[in-house]
Amino acid sequence: MTQPILTLKDVVVEFPGLRGLKGLMAPPEQRHVQAVAGISLDVQPGETVAIVGESGSGKTTLARAINGLVPLAGGEVWFDGMPLHERPDWHAVRRRVAMMFQDPSGSLSPRKTVRDLVLEPFAIHGIKLDDPGAKAADLLATAGLGPDFLARYPHQLSGGQARRVGVARALALDPAMVLADEPTAGLDVSIQGEILNLLNRIKAQHGLTTVIITHNLNILRHVADRVAVMYLGRIVELGEVEQILSTPAHPYTRALMAANPEPDPTARHERITLKGETPALNARPSGCEFHPRCPVARPECAERAPLLGPTPGAGQVSCHFPIHKDEMNTA
Amino acid sequence: MKPFRRTLAGRLLADPQAAIAMLIIAALVLAAVFADLVAPYDYSAMNLADRFARPSADYWLGTDNLGRDTFSRLLQGGRIALYVALTAVSVSALIGLALGMIAGYGPRWLDNVLLFSFDTLRAYPTIILALALAALLPRGLSTVIIVVVITSFSEYGRVVRTQTLSLKHAEFILAERAMGAGFGRIVFHHLLPNVLGPFFILAAMNLPVVITIEAGMSFLGIGVPPGTPSWGATLKDGFDHIRTTPWIIIAGGLPLILVTLGFTFLGEALRDQLDPKLRRGR
Repeated sequence: MTQPILTLKDVVVEFPGLRGLKGLMAPPEQRHVQAVAGISLDVQPGETVAIVGESGSGKTTLARAINGLVPLAGGEVWFDGMPLHERPDWHAVRRRVAMMFQDPSGSLSPRKTVRDLVLEPFAIHGIKLDDPGAKAADLLATAGLGPDFLARYPHQLSGGQARRVGVARALALDPAMVLADEPTAGLDVSIQGEILNLLNRIKAQHGLTTVIITHNLNILRHVADRVAVMYLGRIVELGEVEQILSTPAHPYTRALMAANPEPDPTARHERITLKGETPALNARPSGCEFHPRCPVARPECAERAPLLGPTPGAGQVSCHFPIHKDEMNTA
Repeated sequence: MKPFRRTLAGRLLADPQAAIAMLIIAALVLAAVFADLVAPYDYSAMNLADRFARPSADYWLGTDNLGRDTFSRLLQGGRIALYVALTAVSVSALIGLALGMIAGYGPRWLDNVLLFSFDTLRAYPTIILALALAALLPRGLSTVIIVVVITSFSEYGRVVRTQTLSLKHAEFILAERAMGAGFGRIVFHHLLPNVLGPFFILAAMNLPVVITIEAGMSFLGIGVPPGTPSWGATLKDGFDHIRTTPWIIIAGGLPLILVTLGFTFLGEALRDQLDPKLRRGR
């Protein structure tokens, strides 16, 4: 096993729960909510790990914490041997870790031209270019856009074009790792496919390590090597993409897949509808935090929290009663 | 290069309201700058034989109680009005811009402190503050400017703060931080250009307000020293003789109406053109 390029150890991110006087009066454990509640994960060089989960499961916060956009409340983040939890030189780190944001157009500065936008990383890091125009056109070409886009403004781009500008910009400094937050959000399916193919091609060419945050399960098979499923700020299941998709061990993973529209009518999963809403982060359920919504919960689930342990396959799952492969079609 | 009609100036000229506004403003500015050449008489020359003359071919807008030509005095007053308005608006706008961006982008406690002081200043009636300061400071244009700056910078501050605050958590600012951009780059390259639109509109719309404040203070006798041909002073002279010679006060009000119309039209047209959602076509 090679040295992982990114290592997360018990990463915790907290947000203030109650403000002002109410916050001071509240018991200490209610003053903060944990959006990310102890995540451990290793990412190997060149690997693509997808982090999936419902809205509010903390996946975006996790990506931002890795890049230092939100402060860590606990745990360790190691990137290529550098401890990112110990006040690193973010300027230098961010040169090697590129980030793509959810909103393709909203993440582009509205009064800059595409040319300025893709050259922005060079300006930020004080890199002089011999021929900025050619470099900008070159980067756009890598992302599949012609040079006639150089003079456009973000509001003159479609979602897919804006996303390509985002990809071009992420690649500008030849990063070691890309954090892509919902790279397909807001794009229609045909454009999603193009963007995913683009990402795959670039990954293969540059040997990029990628962490993709998504709630779109349909794209997993196309982009990811491994999948981490998050619920309430914790990883509930982790494994190879094929294994997660074919034999999900955690009831939550299965419910997610059941909720995902399956284009092939002969390959339908059975439907599992989750009861109720995602619990609020300041009112975490006892024991296994998924038990109030779990279709196969038993009494002890409410008492004892499961730990992330090995599944019958090669993955890891945090469930007292993981679903086995042979139960898949009978349950 | 963009074709001229797509630039801001080109789009403004295509808008009839803005074109009229710019015509009025250009006429006023030219008249003020070249007041000495345009004016038929010396603005301070007295001609006691022609006191209270009606508007005529000799005296286009009549004369006042000392036989001074009102038209020449109004031209000279335009200089004072523009000088006060431009100085006061640029000083207060710059202070407001700086404080507003600090409040919007800085830490929460600083935002609260600044917001509290903005509100305190906004709550204070301009004219009362003007009277109080006029009692303390020497009479003159600088006092007028100080009063305007103190009472109006908070308005810019508030607008800029709100705008900055709404952009602070925008994804493109996060994206800049994620690329490693420092504080200065984010503030000057990415926040500032997006804050300036509403800020310029406010400044354009405030110019006539400032001119009115100067006129108001001069009318009350706490603005310019006696004998200075400011528009407010002309109004005051006219007011003293409103029963016998109403044309003086009417003439004195004309430039105020024109300047207010001109800058308000321009401000509205700027707002329409700078806000992409209100812009018609591209």
